[in-house]
Amino acid sequence: MQMRDFVVRFAGEGGQGVVTSAEGLAQASTQVGYHALTYATFPSQILGGPTWTQARISVDPILSAGDDVDVLVAFNREAYDTHREDVREGGLVIYNSNDFDLEGDDRSYGLPVDELARSTGNNRAANMVIMGALAHLVNMPQAYLEQFVEARFRRGRANDDEIIDSNNLALKLGRDESASSGFSLGDLTPPAMPEYPQIMLKGNEAICLGALAAGLDFYVGYPISPATTILVFMERNLVGEGKFAYQVSSEIESITTILGAGYAGKKAMTATAGPGFSLMSEGLGLGWMAEIPLVVVDVQRGGPATGLPTKTEQSDLLACMYPAHGDVKLPVIAVGTVEECFFGAVKALNWAERYQGPVILMTEMALAERVQNIHRPDLSKVQPERRLVYDGSNGYNRYQGYELSPMPLPGSPGAYVANGSEHDEMGDTTHLPSRHIQMTERRFSKLKLLEENEYEADNADEAVVMMPWGGSKGPALEAYNQLREQNVPVGWYYTMLLSPLPPALLEELKQKELVIVPELNYQGQFSGILRSQGVNAVSITQYTGLPFKVRDLVERITEMTNSHPKEMVRA
Amino acid sequence: MSKKNPEYDFKWCPGCGDFGVRRAIEFAMINRLEETGLPMENNVVVAGIGCSGNLVHLLEGQQPYGFHGIHGRTLPVAMGVKMARPELNVLVVAGDGDFLSIGGEHIGPQAARNLNICAVVMDNGVYGLTKGQSSPTTQLGTVTSSTPYGKIEAEADPLELYLTLGATFIASGFSGQPRELAKLINQGMDHEGFAMVHVQSPCTTYNDTYELMKGNARKGIEPLMYDIPEEHDASDKGAAYNLVQQRGMPVGIIYKDETRPSLQQRVDEIKAKAPRRSVEELMDSFAF
Repeated sequence: MQMRDFVVRFAGEGGQGVVTSAEGLAQASTQVGYHALTYATFPSQILGGPTWTQARISVDPILSAGDDVDVLVAFNREAYDTHREDVREGGLVIYNSNDFDLEGDDRSYGLPVDELARSTGNNRAANMVIMGALAHLVNMPQAYLEQFVEARFRRGRANDDEIIDSNNLALKLGRDESASSGFSLGDLTPPAMPEYPQIMLKGNEAICLGALAAGLDFYVGYPISPATTILVFMERNLVGEGKFAYQVSSEIESITTILGAGYAGKKAMTATAGPGFSLMSEGLGLGWMAEIPLVVVDVQRGGPATGLPTKTEQSDLLACMYPAHGDVKLPVIAVGTVEECFFGAVKALNWAERYQGPVILMTEMALAERVQNIHRPDLSKVQPERRLVYDGSNGYNRYQGYELSPMPLPGSPGAYVANGSEHDEMGDTTHLPSRHIQMTERRFSKLKLLEENEYEADNADEAVVMMPWGGSKGPALEAYNQLREQNVPVGWYYTMLLSPLPPALLEELKQKELVIVPELNYQGQFSGILRSQGVNAVSITQYTGLPFKVRDLVERITEMTNSHPKEMVRA
Repeated sequence: MSKKNPEYDFKWCPGCGDFGVRRAIEFAMINRLEETGLPMENNVVVAGIGCSGNLVHLLEGQQPYGFHGIHGRTLPVAMGVKMARPELNVLVVAGDGDFLSIGGEHIGPQAARNLNICAVVMDNGVYGLTKGQSSPTTQLGTVTSSTPYGKIEAEADPLELYLTLGATFIASGFSGQPRELAKLINQGMDHEGFAMVHVQSPCTTYNDTYELMKGNARKGIEPLMYDIPEEHDASDKGAAYNLVQQRGMPVGIIYKDETRPSLQQRVDEIKAKAPRRSVEELMDSFAF
């Protein structure tokens, strides 16, 4: 049987190689031209705890982590008990027979992982034993895996050959053992290597690269899951003349420090998750009021309060759309794929410079920790923007007029007070009604500079359309493709520009009978916002801490299109 | 900035100590300009919220850059400015409520980093702008609008606090002596590290301490203020502790540690070890 797609879930205890096995399989597969995506979920503790990672390998570009598990690799009994039910009918379980025995499951076989690894003389080759076993199940040529071993372990060390030989032996032992079990799932269709250059990375890494490509100068942050990897990357790589990266002592320090840096002329950014974002509220209002460019990345996790630190959710949208007290509306960009993480970060930094104020970039746990192969971004197409800088003499009024005006930078003429109190054109505090009117209108007018008609539309003539946001894009698009194959009359819209929404998109959405918004929160946050803008939107909600399953979306949307329009009452 | 700005309607009360601190800061910035030749725009004054923060609008003459942000956050804003543009001279002005109460959490980290800025704290022992509530430096037992039966907790000792938290320059001054205060502020600005200049700046409306500070021989009141003796060794932390634990309000330089590198110096030294890679090179590490 030919297979175009193969989903493996590795489950066990933190530290047993669950993540490295999945990422190893993904890397080995992409090197020969497959597409790969991993989805990881971690326990919120340092060592141990139940953990699992799923790797999906496909001949085609991948949109979601995959609903159905073809093979479960269970490192311990608990993992088997927890995950067995997610294995599809006809799927298989490989269990580590050095850890536990299993009887009465005729779709399973034991692999003495530790014993086989030890017999190669390299205890660390356990992952390779498993990869070899998996390769047999889908008839993946051994040469593919050996190519990966060569790429990973050829590092110019004296014992390179020894290490490579032991890993190749482990692959072979795993494969032979798997073959002797008599099980097989089919033949994974040979890959077609994409003709474009690729990179393979996590969403948070793509955000970092995008920010650097856009000319980021200044980063500070405070450790918080799942945003910490951005801080770690920046501390390591945001170095050199005029660059600064630093761990500060709270999220209040994060936001106020980048306010100082943005005011002083730098492209400044921080990243956090929900709890830290809440602490930044007052500072974001100050950035709006004093007109200071900066970017805050919110890597969403389950909330509220400490919530679910290592699970995924899209429940910070209202907090991001209404981030502070007073008359404030900050631009919001939400990314939906690893590739968009890169370009969303570029856009966020450019927007901050263009309109001279804070921009919020939303992502989420499932994207942050996902490893995926993407088209390598072409840096020649990245055009960093720079704020309008005042370069005249003294006597300038920084906040003059009702629209954007050049921003003076400390050290040069044009001294003013960047003021979080309502102020006059010089930046001095004032309470005059006419000034509050002028400055409020001035601040809101600048948002017009960010109106861009960048969005996806497919079968846009349908009366009923889907419009996911953020990381639900992948499962929703996969569901959409299936729905169209089944001739379900539904159209597709998507944008990462949530505020301001592309004006042409909003106009189109207003014409629709129904806009279906799949989103991972209880309240249906985005559909509520769309309704407030005159769009007849309803949500498909889920609040499990996990991404959508494609199957569930297909079912729900099919139902909704069937019941529509006769049972639908226009809001 | 606002001397000729009729729109700006804030006024300090007659006799407010903050007038003297403003004058001292103007003197200090002019002194610096004359010494370094750098333009006035090279100074950035980061102000807190309260009566004291309005100083940034009330400075007369040549104007520095100003930042009048949110309550309690002068220090991290100042860090952002300074680490973004190390060539700028960054001065913080804040009151005792802003700096020691809501902003108290930022003092320790900046002292540990030895951020190269000068912070001038204008201590009047009361929240003035909100009309007379108790502040961290209000004396135990004092009746204020928020402590109608007397203040319940002990008063903070800011000088001892700065010393304990590791500030590398600590001076204490009085708003009634702007020339002398300017000299302390200039030394704080010149110090390569975290410089605290704590100023007694009486509130004539809610907490008039002029008489306590200066004394009144007729009434038999001994002055709290005294000049730090010349023989005091400011590099000796033990001597500094002895000084701040004595009764009274010392005027002068209490402590100065010139041996610790500043945050900028540490960053330059540490980050010199980091390989510098272009975005293209960083992307190469993800290529396959």
